[in-house]
Amino acid sequence: MSDKVMDVKNFYFTYAGASKPSLKNINLPIYENKVTALIGPSGCGKSTLLRSLNRIHDLYPGNKYEGEILLKDLQTGKMENILEYKKENELINLRQRVGMIFQKPTPFPMSIYDNIAYGLRLQGKKSKAELDRKVEEALRGAALWNEVKDRLKDDARGLSGGQQQRLCIARAIAVEPEVLLMDEPTSALDPISTIAIEELVTKLKDKVTIVIVTHNMQQASRVSDYTAYMYLGELIEFGETEQIFLNPKKKHTADYIAGKFG
Amino acid sequence: MRLFINKVVLILSTLAAILGLVFLFWILITFTIKGLSSINLYIFTHDLVDNGLRNLLIGQFVLAFIAVLIGVPIGMIAGIYLQEYSFGSKYADIIRNLSDVMMSAPSIVIGTFVYAIIVNPIGHMSGWAGAIALGIMMIPIVVRTTDDMLGLVPKELREAGVAIGAPKYKVIFDIILKAAKVGIMTGLLLAFARIVGETAPLLFTSGNSEFFTLDLNKEFPSLTVAIYNLATMPDKHLVDIAWAGAFILTFFVLIINLLGRYIVKEKK
Repeated sequence: MSDKVMDVKNFYFTYAGASKPSLKNINLPIYENKVTALIGPSGCGKSTLLRSLNRIHDLYPGNKYEGEILLKDLQTGKMENILEYKKENELINLRQRVGMIFQKPTPFPMSIYDNIAYGLRLQGKKSKAELDRKVEEALRGAALWNEVKDRLKDDARGLSGGQQQRLCIARAIAVEPEVLLMDEPTSALDPISTIAIEELVTKLKDKVTIVIVTHNMQQASRVSDYTAYMYLGELIEFGETEQIFLNPKKKHTADYIAGKFG
Repeated sequence: MRLFINKVVLILSTLAAILGLVFLFWILITFTIKGLSSINLYIFTHDLVDNGLRNLLIGQFVLAFIAVLIGVPIGMIAGIYLQEYSFGSKYADIIRNLSDVMMSAPSIVIGTFVYAIIVNPIGHMSGWAGAIALGIMMIPIVVRTTDDMLGLVPKELREAGVAIGAPKYKVIFDIILKAAKVGIMTGLLLAFARIVGETAPLLFTSGNSEFFTLDLNKEFPSLTVAIYNLATMPDKHLVDIAWAGAFILTFFVLIINLLGRYIVKEKK
């Protein structure tokens, strides 16, 4: 087993105005340079958990986190509790270290080049040569370079859905995050684009740890190293993907994987 | 029976639509016939004192332009607040409703208000007072447009901006406003078209002037108020000038409106 890059401990999450927590006592390790899949029926809290890992819930007031979510500091190797971050600077820094891909592709209303350069400029990179190099690197990393290299100045919203999603991945990896969160990244895409994204996930894990939420169990078994099965806000079972799919310890997990409900 | 009712409804609604169009074309044709005959180069090169429209046209534009400088920033910032910063605040809905009420406030009321707070204390009418009255008219329209158009931007785009590590104000200015740009621009254009033809807010705020001036501290010339004054003159020639002014104004507003609609269509 490799090192943990993130570690969720006794984590509870309550949405604003809700009387009961949506996530209860979650304990989940995220291993470095591995793909962890979160699976479970709709409403089980897998997206809520994913969205806690970069605290995107903070955009909306009144949500409550309890417990610990630890993230490894790259320099010191120490684990820091991201739930203790209060200042906007700390949150910005967190989100550059923990990137996110959404269900619907979210190209910014600017050129393909600027989409990628946006996050880099936020990090303070200004030199044209460096930006050019990093943009190319990111687009190559997302297997998009050959398709867009001649039209980097075009509006990114003119790309196809699958290309837009790869652009978003390129944008996210350009800032060199440690962890990349993917919230059902292929559910709005056609089968061919889906395969492209899945291949990308496998390729990217050398550089970045990936946590992926998916409704598609075949996808989870194809791309992930570890799988967490969630139900009604609780983590039912976590283990290596092979073990979860072939030899689940809990009957509930087995039933879900066998398609008996969900 | 149902088919019969169907037909009746169809005929009635068609008639209603035709009736509306008839009036629109009637207005346009009247203005064209009466206005076009009085339009010549002379009225564009001379001021009202010499029976021309030059000072009025320029005055109207100056007033509308300053109104835009007042109304657009205030309205847009308020709209941004409502859509991007106000959630969870009970004041947001109050502001939204008040702004909507203000949008339908009769323009003469706004003119009276500005008269009371600016003209009366200063002691005389001025271009500034007129521009401010128009600006106040513009604010609620801009608030509404900005609020609505930003509301159409999917929330994922905001989350994506935050997720890449952008501070909130940068997400709004670099991403959200750009995504809503076409809608907002159209709204601003329509808001401009709305105020550029207003008379009532100017009637006792900017007054009128027969001479060319760019001094906003004095009474200020404007086409709309001049049309109102000229149209009641006994002199046929002056009434003809009023027709020419009405023609120019109508077609200018029409063009802005069509332009606004065209932009929307193009982008969709």
